Amino acid sequence: MSQLLLDVNGLTMRFGGLVAVNGVNLKVKNRQIVSVIGPNGAGKTTVFNCLSGFYIPTEGSVMLKNEQIAGLKDYQISRKGLVRTFQHVRLFQKMTVIENMLVAQHRHLNTNLFSGLLKTPNYRRLEKDAMEHAAHWLKEVGLLEYANREAGNLAYGQQRRLEIARCMVTQPELLMLDEPAAGLNPNETKELDELIIKLRDEHEISILLIEHDMSLVMGISDHIYVIAQGTPLANGTAEQIKGNPDVIKAYLGEE
Amino acid sequence: MNSSKLYNAVFAAGISFILACLMIGVKLDTDSTVLAVKGATAEQWAWIIGGIAVVFLSQLFSTQVDALFRAIPKPDIQALLPQQQKFATLKPWLIAAIIVVMMIWPFMVSRGSVDLATLTLIYIMLGLGLNIVVGLAGLLDLGFVAFYAVGAYTYALLSQYFGMSFWACLPISAGLAATFGFLLGFPVLRLRGDYLAIVTLGFGEIIRILLNNWTSLTGGPNGISGIAKPTLFGLEFNRRAKEEGAMTFHEYFDMDYSSSYKVIFLYLIAVLLVICVIYLINRLMRMPIGRAWEALREDEIACRSLGLNRTAIKLSAFTLGASTAGFAGCFFAARQGFISPESFIFIESAIILAIVVLGGMGSQMGIIFAAIIMTILPELAREFSEYRMLLFGLLMVVMMRWRPQGLVPMKRPNLELKQQ
Repeated sequence: MSQLLLDVNGLTMRFGGLVAVNGVNLKVKNRQIVSVIGPNGAGKTTVFNCLSGFYIPTEGSVMLKNEQIAGLKDYQISRKGLVRTFQHVRLFQKMTVIENMLVAQHRHLNTNLFSGLLKTPNYRRLEKDAMEHAAHWLKEVGLLEYANREAGNLAYGQQRRLEIARCMVTQPELLMLDEPAAGLNPNETKELDELIIKLRDEHEISILLIEHDMSLVMGISDHIYVIAQGTPLANGTAEQIKGNPDVIKAYLGEE
Repeated sequence: MNSSKLYNAVFAAGISFILACLMIGVKLDTDSTVLAVKGATAEQWAWIIGGIAVVFLSQLFSTQVDALFRAIPKPDIQALLPQQQKFATLKPWLIAAIIVVMMIWPFMVSRGSVDLATLTLIYIMLGLGLNIVVGLAGLLDLGFVAFYAVGAYTYALLSQYFGMSFWACLPISAGLAATFGFLLGFPVLRLRGDYLAIVTLGFGEIIRILLNNWTSLTGGPNGISGIAKPTLFGLEFNRRAKEEGAMTFHEYFDMDYSSSYKVIFLYLIAVLLVICVIYLINRLMRMPIGRAWEALREDEIACRSLGLNRTAIKLSAFTLGASTAGFAGCFFAARQGFISPESFIFIESAIILAIVVLGGMGSQMGIIFAAIIMTILPELAREFSEYRMLLFGLLMVVMMRWRPQGLVPMKRPNLELKQQ
């Protein structure tokens, strides 16, 4: 039995009187792809924001490797190995692709001011390692030839892939993808599909996914959670979800 | 030609007529003992009418004028530079040559030019400091002159009350300015854009008004005079040594006294400081912290999601920018020998910001060029007397229209990757 990586219990987020997320439970095991689906405005992204520390949840616990992370600052959470992408691509547009990758490794690189000013051997070695690490991941996502291109000038699909690569250089254990297939053509979606499976199988990380593209979700998810209006509706394997009448009702409406 | 064009043209001509009437058309003059309002001469009126006609026509035919502007070839600075490969090998020699020229040059020109060059170097330092905050970290700071004032007053006060030397005060000034940068940084961390600009503007004014009103310590509007000049290993540049037993520079080297030694010495110190600042900031820009500043400017939320602590990054930008201004301020006080709050008014902040924007945000080369233009041009335009600021404004409008990205836009470093 594989180990439990993320364990969310009774996650609730209130904005004033509005309950955006109400008692959501999530479990992600090691090397698992878990999807969160639900109609628009169901609170999926709010769940992500709570997990990644952009919001502090009103109630509930978020355990990452048996450690409480609810209430920590966003940058502290990402340093613990939980990194996310965004629904709208957020790259450092005016910086080059390779610089984007180096910024993501900031905390591994940031030794001290003086070693950098004096270019000590230790500093050079760290820079070199970071460059190699970045090159490795650029190659993984097929962007190595664009390394010195400005990130904002890449095609949309490439920007999406760069965002994932940029997360991966931080060496996360759990990668959270917020609608990674939005705006991609069928070919690019297929490549993304393969990339996500590769991340799980070869790089042994877990992935938490929000997605509207049902063929993608049903094809790769080990477990699916359905949220509607902030409340958990169902969870199970792809087969179980497909046949669940509540889910069909939430998506298609009643007769 | 449509009616909106005509309307625009009439409107612009009207505005220029009103402005010209107020600024040039009427003058207050003393008529024996009383003040009298005098109209302009017929010749001046002719000029005003001519100017209004130009405004009217250029607005009316603005599309054609734009086309004309586009037809003017833009200078392609990249093309002027030698090829990348060749440039890399040439670069150290080029830098060495520039430094040598800068060291020899002052011995061949007039005292006034050296003095002006020193002032330019101060502005280069200030521009480079503000570039960290505005150009790299993207935090609009309208009160940068406050840190300059802190640096200047630190040296002036330490020298006056404790007789401390310039060289000892230099790091103290930078440190104190950095502390102020740090203190200002805390309350403004959550602010961006316009809000940040207003807070920093207020901070700049607070410092100036404090200096103006704390008469018992700072001398208020009278300022502080008689600030000691820098010494060369204890050798003074005065005609006679101030302290008993101390030597002066010309006595030690057995030369005739010349007041230009002092000016040249100050210039050389400025060159040294600027080279240090350029080197340090150049390194910082290529270090993780420099990349983090830029990343923060580009997308703050993405930074946070990647484990970057934005508080630390913003504070470091503020602190390092302020310490550069502190450096410049300390040197300014030493060069001037006299400082008062008058030297640290808002227009100084605006000029430094203009240097950064005109030069090209983030680009060190551009800022150096812009600082040279911004300090030398008003001097060259001295013969236009009261209209020189008008010319200065005109130049900035033309520059922003002609090259909105700045004189030398920032170039991204090309990082070589080993192909795997």
